[in-house]
Amino acid sequence: MASGVKPRVKVPKSASAGDVITIKTLISHKMESGQRKDDDGNVIPRSIINRFTVDFNGQNVIDVTLEPAISTNPYFEFDSQVPEAGEFTFTWYDDDGDVYTETKAIAIG
Amino acid sequence: MKRASSLAFGLACLASAVHAQDTESKLVINDDIDITTVAEAPAHAENLSEIYSGWAFRSPETMALQMDDFDNPGMIFVDQALDAYNTVEGSAGKSCQSCHGDDAEGLVGARAVYPKWNANAGEVWTMEMAINGCRTERMGAEPWGYTSGNMVNMTALISSVSRGMPVNVSFEGPEHDTWLQGKELYYTRTGQLELSCANCHEDNYDMMIRADHLSQGQINGFPTYRLKNAKLNAVHSRFKGCIRDTRAETYSPGSPEFVALELYVASRGNGLSVEGPSVRN
Repeated sequence: MASGVKPRVKVPKSASAGDVITIKTLISHKMESGQRKDDDGNVIPRSIINRFTVDFNGQNVIDVTLEPAISTNPYFEFDSQVPEAGEFTFTWYDDDGDVYTETKAIAIG
Repeated sequence: MKRASSLAFGLACLASAVHAQDTESKLVINDDIDITTVAEAPAHAENLSEIYSGWAFRSPETMALQMDDFDNPGMIFVDQALDAYNTVEGSAGKSCQSCHGDDAEGLVGARAVYPKWNANAGEVWTMEMAINGCRTERMGAEPWGYTSGNMVNMTALISSVSRGMPVNVSFEGPEHDTWLQGKELYYTRTGQLELSCANCHEDNYDMMIRADHLSQGQINGFPTYRLKNAKLNAVHSRFKGCIRDTRAETYSPGSPEFVALELYVASRGNGLSVEGPSVRN
């Protein structure tokens, strides 16, 4: 696992059915592009988050492909409709095969 | 003549147009912590009538970043510091948490009174010196570099738990000589440009210095996350940058001169809130 990776997510605790809510996500990750060289001139291997998905009760909300030019600590903010109470599942896929997940429940009321 | 007077008029407009410091907006972090960004100047800041946090001089977008911990990129480093805080290091088998409790609760209020006289050492200690004092004396661990990543992150953690509390640095006790030394440094012109701190931050704050909007140079928001370098910056790094910009050879971070200057500058902000980690450009 790449070092210092920590996902964080902000979802309102509750909403009215059918509401559109704003979700903020951030994962601390160095997002090494693979273009840089170290002091000895060797290429620093690429190590990035390459995919980010969010599901709500099993239904996909967004699915993002990340490219090497995205800077360190990638941040996503997006809107989602909440038809019912349930759980958001956030998943980040690392180049080295690691998968980081985070879940947040939201209530109706 | 006519041309000269219209030029003078133009300059006068320009000068007033940059009076853009925002004294209307209120800074409330997480809808919870009220931050004082404008206050009456303390009596010992005799050339100022009001003191302003650097936050008031920034653009609305930058100001907004500080209103929510999720949006404040400095808080990423606070999280990293919390991991270090809970990590046992050194020969004594202790972590910071062993003495200071969970989530730095034992350090609430510390940021507001530092730099502070340390009676055992017989000198003024900054937060960084206190952290290294703990590491070497109590933990038996290696000291951190004065402006190293670990160090500045830890100062951000300690500052974050005191946010909203008024800065209240004392300067009339045994630390008074150091404070006077800091005051002298503040008013001493340095470098090829022959600028003192006061020339920009006291005489000309709220004016533009080329593309930069000059603040009062208050340090209540340190360490600051700067958008220009995407990391936390320690107050001594800022001092060094400022003195370098006067084209002088600078003192080193952690030097007695900078400790004295930090004490003096911090005392000029008595009454503002602890704000770090703040977001600046």
